[in-house]
Amino acid sequence: MRSPSPVARRHRPSRPGSSLPAGALLAALARVAALAVALAAASGVALAQRAVPADLPGHYDRMRGTTPIPEEATPPPLTNPDNSDVRRSRAYAMQPPVVPHKIEGYQLDRNANRCMFCHARTRTEQSQAPMISVTHFQDRDGNHLAELSPRRYFCLQCHVPQAAVTPLVENRFTDVETMLRRSGSPSVPRSAPRQAAPQSPGPR
Amino acid sequence: MKLTRREFIKHSAAAATAAAAGLPPDALGQNIVTERLLTQLKWDKAPCRFCGVGCGVNVGVKDGQVVATHGDINAEVNRGINCVKGYFLSKIMYGADRLTEPLLRQTNGQYDKNGELQPVSWERAFDVMAEQFKKALKDKGPTAVGMFGSGQWTVWEGYAASKLYKAGFRSNNIDPNARHCMASAVAGFMRTFGMDEPMGCYDDIEQTDAFVLWGANMAEMHPILWTRVTDRRLSAPHVEVAVLSVFEHRCYDLADFTMTFRPQTDLAIMNYIANHIIRSGKVNREFVNRNTRFVLGNADIGYGLRPEHPLQQAKNVGDPGGGKPMSFDEYAAFVAKYDLDSVAKLSNVPKERLERLAELYADPAKSVVSYFTMGFNQHTRGTWCSHLLYNVHLLTGKISAPGNGPFSLTGQPSACGTAREVGTFSHRLPADMVVTKPEHRAIAEKIWKLPPGTIPDKPGFHAVLQNRMLKDGKLNAYWVMCNNNMQAAPNIMQEAWPGYRNPQNFVVVSDAYPTVTTLAADLVLPTAMWVEKEGAYGNAERRTQFWHQLVKAPGQARSDLWQLVEFSKRFRVDEVWPKELVDQAPQWRDKTLFDLLFRNGAVDRFPKTDLARGYLNDELDAFGFYLQKGLFEEYAEFGRGHGHDLAPFDTYHEVRGLRWPVVNGKETRWRYREGYDPYVKAGQGVYFYGNPDGKAVIYALPYEPAAEEPDKEFPYWLCTGRVLEHWHSGSMTRRVPELYRAVPNAVCYMHPEDARKLGVRRGDEIEIVSRRGAMKTRVETRGRDKPPPGLVFVPWFDASQLINKVTLDATCPISLQTDFKKCAVNIRRV
Repeated sequence: MRSPSPVARRHRPSRPGSSLPAGALLAALARVAALAVALAAASGVALAQRAVPADLPGHYDRMRGTTPIPEEATPPPLTNPDNSDVRRSRAYAMQPPVVPHKIEGYQLDRNANRCMFCHARTRTEQSQAPMISVTHFQDRDGNHLAELSPRRYFCLQCHVPQAAVTPLVENRFTDVETMLRRSGSPSVPRSAPRQAAPQSPGPR
Repeated sequence: MKLTRREFIKHSAAAATAAAAGLPPDALGQNIVTERLLTQLKWDKAPCRFCGVGCGVNVGVKDGQVVATHGDINAEVNRGINCVKGYFLSKIMYGADRLTEPLLRQTNGQYDKNGELQPVSWERAFDVMAEQFKKALKDKGPTAVGMFGSGQWTVWEGYAASKLYKAGFRSNNIDPNARHCMASAVAGFMRTFGMDEPMGCYDDIEQTDAFVLWGANMAEMHPILWTRVTDRRLSAPHVEVAVLSVFEHRCYDLADFTMTFRPQTDLAIMNYIANHIIRSGKVNREFVNRNTRFVLGNADIGYGLRPEHPLQQAKNVGDPGGGKPMSFDEYAAFVAKYDLDSVAKLSNVPKERLERLAELYADPAKSVVSYFTMGFNQHTRGTWCSHLLYNVHLLTGKISAPGNGPFSLTGQPSACGTAREVGTFSHRLPADMVVTKPEHRAIAEKIWKLPPGTIPDKPGFHAVLQNRMLKDGKLNAYWVMCNNNMQAAPNIMQEAWPGYRNPQNFVVVSDAYPTVTTLAADLVLPTAMWVEKEGAYGNAERRTQFWHQLVKAPGQARSDLWQLVEFSKRFRVDEVWPKELVDQAPQWRDKTLFDLLFRNGAVDRFPKTDLARGYLNDELDAFGFYLQKGLFEEYAEFGRGHGHDLAPFDTYHEVRGLRWPVVNGKETRWRYREGYDPYVKAGQGVYFYGNPDGKAVIYALPYEPAAEEPDKEFPYWLCTGRVLEHWHSGSMTRRVPELYRAVPNAVCYMHPEDARKLGVRRGDEIEIVSRRGAMKTRVETRGRDKPPPGLVFVPWFDASQLINKVTLDATCPISLQTDFKKCAVNIRRV
């Protein structure tokens, strides 16, 4: 049964703007440093020129792992979604943000939208959750409505929770800011963009 | 302990200062780049790479790479929204394990079926491949070569492939994975209306009073159409949503009433509705008399299994599509036995809900759209499902009008545009024509400038039959392109795997990434994808959409189109055609299939200069002419003036797609109705011109049981399908970190009561076993899908958990599409 709980507030501190756990922040900074090294190493090798990676002996599908087709591996355990409440930077400006907290048991049907208990415009002062984007007030024709547009009603079509699992294969999508830095222009500062990575599951 | 926001800012400032050390001093004061030359992105339009909805996407490119994607506000389909997969399109091309070189199984530098996959040049790849194809052609003739294509092929790729096989190799053994996907919808449309594809369009959504979902989980599989349905339902309170399914899923969250029915009984429910309409006097007599005729279809038609299977000993197995005319009264008597009491009992749906549903259709004041997808199509009576639904709409006249009609949703971006319209099926030719009709072959031979008798007159091997023929050693040189059939095909361990690894066979697989299918191949060809090539897709509402090549493919990856056309250069016409045929066209004797098919004065007639300025086109550079334009314009000849009119090539690069038929520059939203469809003359009202008499056929067809139903030994129904976050076999979406982390692996959705009975809990490892194979997964009792007791649902996107080892390769005997939704399994704790 989905919980119709009217509780709007998650385990938030009472003071606005004090939500980052220190551990997560430090870990994030450490990751940025590691990533910068990795990027520097990779940037010299353009995707277009690379050979079949030498670490693919016999050429296997990383989506399957090394288990031959006729056999079946032990499936990985179920994962719990990240519940750290730490916001991730987006891969590009228009990316829908991922959900950095668990949503299990949330009621999300035509009778109630639990997400909006915190993310609605009028609830954000109390909840300190990010307000839904202004695009979410627009109808199909671009008119701004007084409330959430019904075409944006089912949040999970775009916003998804994240499990703390390592991707099966690296993705070499390049953040546009990385490209700006590569441009070598003196007007570009050289700080690395923060990459999205989920935290291990928080308290359940 | 938590940091305050102020502390965070202090931290960040310190970090920024550290990072900035060593930079020229003028950069220090600024942390945002504002220089226009640097921050500008090049934006272009493209349709989404995934499902059949056909959302418009804006693609942002910088320095030769896609750096951003978002919903196109100017695209009529989605007006600025994408689903989560669409929003992450920008990452699908950048998995680190992209295939960048051809790989051939070799031992000591020689091709060896049991060797290791090793990098080779394109030259060598095509040498070996041509040798194997020529050997198969020489030893056994055209039926020994074949191809498994795709509803993800661009229009010209499907067209080039079809032409290469049907005209070049003279083999009809070409079939798309769309056979797994919507062949039943095709068969239904063709048999009832004489023309494929829906009469209506997505504009129905904003105009209807009621939605009925038949085996369509739109909330997950067609998310952006679901946003439109949700918008309509929530903003217009009188609108109703009814959902029918064999398990509870996310569409139930919007529904006004839901019906979880026993698998296969949808046939009975639809006959009950027809019966209700007749009994309650709600038949639209005028419409029925003017626009329909009645046929009693053959029953007891088997299940598309191998001929020796006991279920294939059915009475009408030789003529599954046959039938005889009947009257309205006979039809009324036929459906009379589907009364409320017996159908409620059979289907497990409460009577009041069945009645409410029937009344929704019967009420003349209500407009109704019915959506159907894989629950209908992947059904051993899938063609019948289509017919029975059309019956309901035809009896009430609720069809071919704004807000009214049955609508088949498609799972692939060009299942309609390429598989159906181009006719890449083993029995089809472009524009709804078939290889079995001499007049259709003659039209194709004329447009293709071929001597009469070139195109073979027998349908080739369809999808499931291809795997059987590989296993039986009758199909020996085989090319799989733009799909992952070792994961997607049913009954992998008994048919696909032994077929691909049969020592008599040479299997080529073209893909962008390693998959279980490339793993099973003898030659792997690295392939360009999506905006790495110029393309065209056709979505579910007949909308043809184009895009330009925006970036280069990595390494030596080449488009499917380049591969097909380049490979055709390896064959001389007199090597593949019999002497009698060559004698009829001696001018081609010494020429190659490339000359015959693509340098034929039509395909090669558009020069390089026709390419819009500022765009890449690798095929144009390789072949020296505008190949895509030539193929499209030759192909469009098939449909112009015949109800399938397409606009000129260049127009599509300008617009956000157009719905065919496009006549005098105007698209068609509702077909068969005067005032909307240019093919319907004044005074005709509604005219189903696909059939010579202008009438749609109402088929009387019964309920028949599924091919395999649960019993003592295998007590559970297994249903398979997709999830929102992954598309098909996951070869693209599982390489996007955000989508992978959203749903990393497949699970078995199960009712908690079944879990208790099995002695398992959420997260436990289980083995799912059928008469054909087994796979391992984990129990999910609290997930988004909530099956009733006795049924489990397992998605198939996960290459590490191949659920299709378990499924049954039974098909609809008319459409030859597999039923991936029903077989019997046992479950045990590991």
